[in-house]
Amino acid sequence: MRKDLLGIADLTLFEVSMILDLAESTKSISERTVKKVPTLRGRTIVNLFFEPSTRTRLSFEIAQKRLSADTVNFSVSDSSISKGETLVDTAKNLAAMNPSVVVIRHGAAGYPHRLAKLMDASVINAGDGFHEHPTQALLDLMTIREKKGEVKGLKVAILGDIARSRVAGSNILCLTKMGAEVTVMGPSSMLPLHVRRLGVNVAPNLKEAITGKDVVMVLRIQAERDEAPRFPSLREYNRYFGLKLEHLKYLKSDCIIMHPGPINRGVEIDPEVADGPLSVILDQVANGVAIRMAVLLLLLGGRSIYEVSD
Amino acid sequence: MRLVIKGGRIISPGDRIDYVGDILIENSRIKRVSRRPIDIKDALVVRPAVAKAMADKPGFTRRSSSEVGKSSKKADEIVLDAKGLVVAPGFIDIHVHFREPGREDAETIETGMKAAAAGGFTSVMTMPNTYPVNDTQSTTLFILQKAANIGLTHVFPAGAITRGMKGRTLAAIGEMAEAGIVAITDDGHCVMDGTIMRRALEYASDFGVRVVSHSEDTTLSAGGVMHEGFVSTRLGLPPIPQQAETVMVYRDISLSGLTGIPIHIAHVSTRESVELIRRAKDAGIKVTAEVTPHHLTLTDEAVEESDYDTSTKVNPPLRTQDDVDALIEGLLDGTIDAIATDHAPHTTTDKEQDYVAAPFGIVGLESAVPVCLDRVCAKRQVPLELLIQKFTTGPADALGLKKGRLAKGDVADITILDPAKDVTIDPAKFYSMGRNCPFGGWSLVGAPVCTIASGQIKTIDGRLV
Repeated sequence: MRKDLLGIADLTLFEVSMILDLAESTKSISERTVKKVPTLRGRTIVNLFFEPSTRTRLSFEIAQKRLSADTVNFSVSDSSISKGETLVDTAKNLAAMNPSVVVIRHGAAGYPHRLAKLMDASVINAGDGFHEHPTQALLDLMTIREKKGEVKGLKVAILGDIARSRVAGSNILCLTKMGAEVTVMGPSSMLPLHVRRLGVNVAPNLKEAITGKDVVMVLRIQAERDEAPRFPSLREYNRYFGLKLEHLKYLKSDCIIMHPGPINRGVEIDPEVADGPLSVILDQVANGVAIRMAVLLLLLGGRSIYEVSD
Repeated sequence: MRLVIKGGRIISPGDRIDYVGDILIENSRIKRVSRRPIDIKDALVVRPAVAKAMADKPGFTRRSSSEVGKSSKKADEIVLDAKGLVVAPGFIDIHVHFREPGREDAETIETGMKAAAAGGFTSVMTMPNTYPVNDTQSTTLFILQKAANIGLTHVFPAGAITRGMKGRTLAAIGEMAEAGIVAITDDGHCVMDGTIMRRALEYASDFGVRVVSHSEDTTLSAGGVMHEGFVSTRLGLPPIPQQAETVMVYRDISLSGLTGIPIHIAHVSTRESVELIRRAKDAGIKVTAEVTPHHLTLTDEAVEESDYDTSTKVNPPLRTQDDVDALIEGLLDGTIDAIATDHAPHTTTDKEQDYVAAPFGIVGLESAVPVCLDRVCAKRQVPLELLIQKFTTGPADALGLKKGRLAKGDVADITILDPAKDVTIDPAKFYSMGRNCPFGGWSLVGAPVCTIASGQIKTIDGRLV
């Protein structure tokens, strides 16, 4: 197994299936009464979050604790980056403390990649800039596979800020790699240049984007990051691009609706849809822990796999 | 003091010279350039180490390098054996950042001048974005005084267009001109206000000072860090559309057309800019342009290939192969007048940040000539004479500098090249304090082997004498 998990881009199909297969076993751990195995006892894992995160950080931490690793959390407010420490210094200092794994989220694309080159510890990318968020794509894939079986040939729509979503970035790579047919839709001001070269279709409007799809994935609108807003108002976004009850009639009856969270209710997705029968949003959250446990186990060595899949 | 450069291929596009011959320098000026041999008796004979014949030997056949350049009497009469070498007017780099005053931790005037001399340059124009900004006479005088004391190369300071380079009110252009600036620019920032840019052109023309434009519509580049294209999409980095440059190039050309005053466009990087400038030149507008070695040789793919190495982060950003091709065409057909390095040293600390936070800039003085000889001349079939022109009369004429030629009586600035020399770019060995160079590790053929400024040998084989 590789040292780091930096992105979906460089994962092989074999590695993806290995992670997903193992995640099925790790998921069972979370369903037991005693949700803990000793596999990573004595391993130190640093969770380094330079951007606010609740869900991903919590998910990683739970995954680590269920594997008995010792975890340390850093967030931007109490790290020295705000005091101007360079990436290289951060890496050297972390490496000196000899952790087994560093889980990192950073606002600049490529940060985990450069960090990984500078240390022996495994680096897991928990989101870098507008680039990748590989564990999210893997947990989404796991959820799709659970609900749909075969991923190949599935029709998947991804809705929202495609240009600046690392969730979209990793999911497009992951789903196209697995042979799904991906369609994206969002305001044109939120689509990247050359979006079709990513191997996706672009739907002209919401209705066309979701009609006949097996999976509809709604991205979180992050209005707070906009210095030059890409749409006039949240109200208008919801009106033209939000997934609402009235759209359900276009969906296949066995379609699943996904969202990486946290949800802006009434913006990109209406509460009735998010909480409705097609929604698998909470399954995603549950699978997030399983995927992260699997990734940790695989990165920390093959031996662990057998111990956990008892 | 007499110096004869013997037996080299002399290429001086500005004098229409291209033949094997000798150059006699007397009292730091060009005395004679001739096909016929020029001899002086009992002179010290020195020879830059020619790669194949004399690899790893010291640069001299009879004396060690330490003996030249000192005031020993014997060094008063020198014959420089240039057989097999190319002898050109001293190279001029009209776009360098020497960080002094203010950021002496990144580069000083002295280290910058050393880097220039080592890289084959005898004249440089320093950008005004220092701390304080060179927007007053006293800062200009400080730079010139420092440079004169060091004396390795000629330094032509550029002053700011606007006070503090804030884009609002004109800097002390007249007084700086009196002190010795040759051009004004807010390089690093664009003068976004069109009327201020127009007034700057008009006012500067009264003082014989050229205007150099950093053409970038910052409302379009808007926080971007690399060229907008499929690579930026793949890498998830905030993009800069090429239109950020081209719309402003058009404005600047148009203002030059309106006023009839020349304008020089710094670091042109896109096909559209080249086409706009070509059309403007055809229409008789007095626009000139420069291109950097990195924009001639690298593309946005370098950001991906280097795995987000911040030494590929530069403004304007590395573009696409199509843009590179257009820049080469622009060099060939004269649309682009000059090659300038945009030498922009930064401390390792500053560059060791993440790709978004790290500052823009690439150091170029000590890699430019080898990179251009190998990757522009040899690989892209740009004739050597043309390349030399882009380093001599091209930049000199663009800014109205009396440099770049070998006419009798000119201050003797000479760059000697060995087109066959093998070099490997090693940023750790740069005289520049900057290590932010994307060419590190490149093995190239062709290098400057000797720099002569004001008739004195300053470097041999890329090392200071």
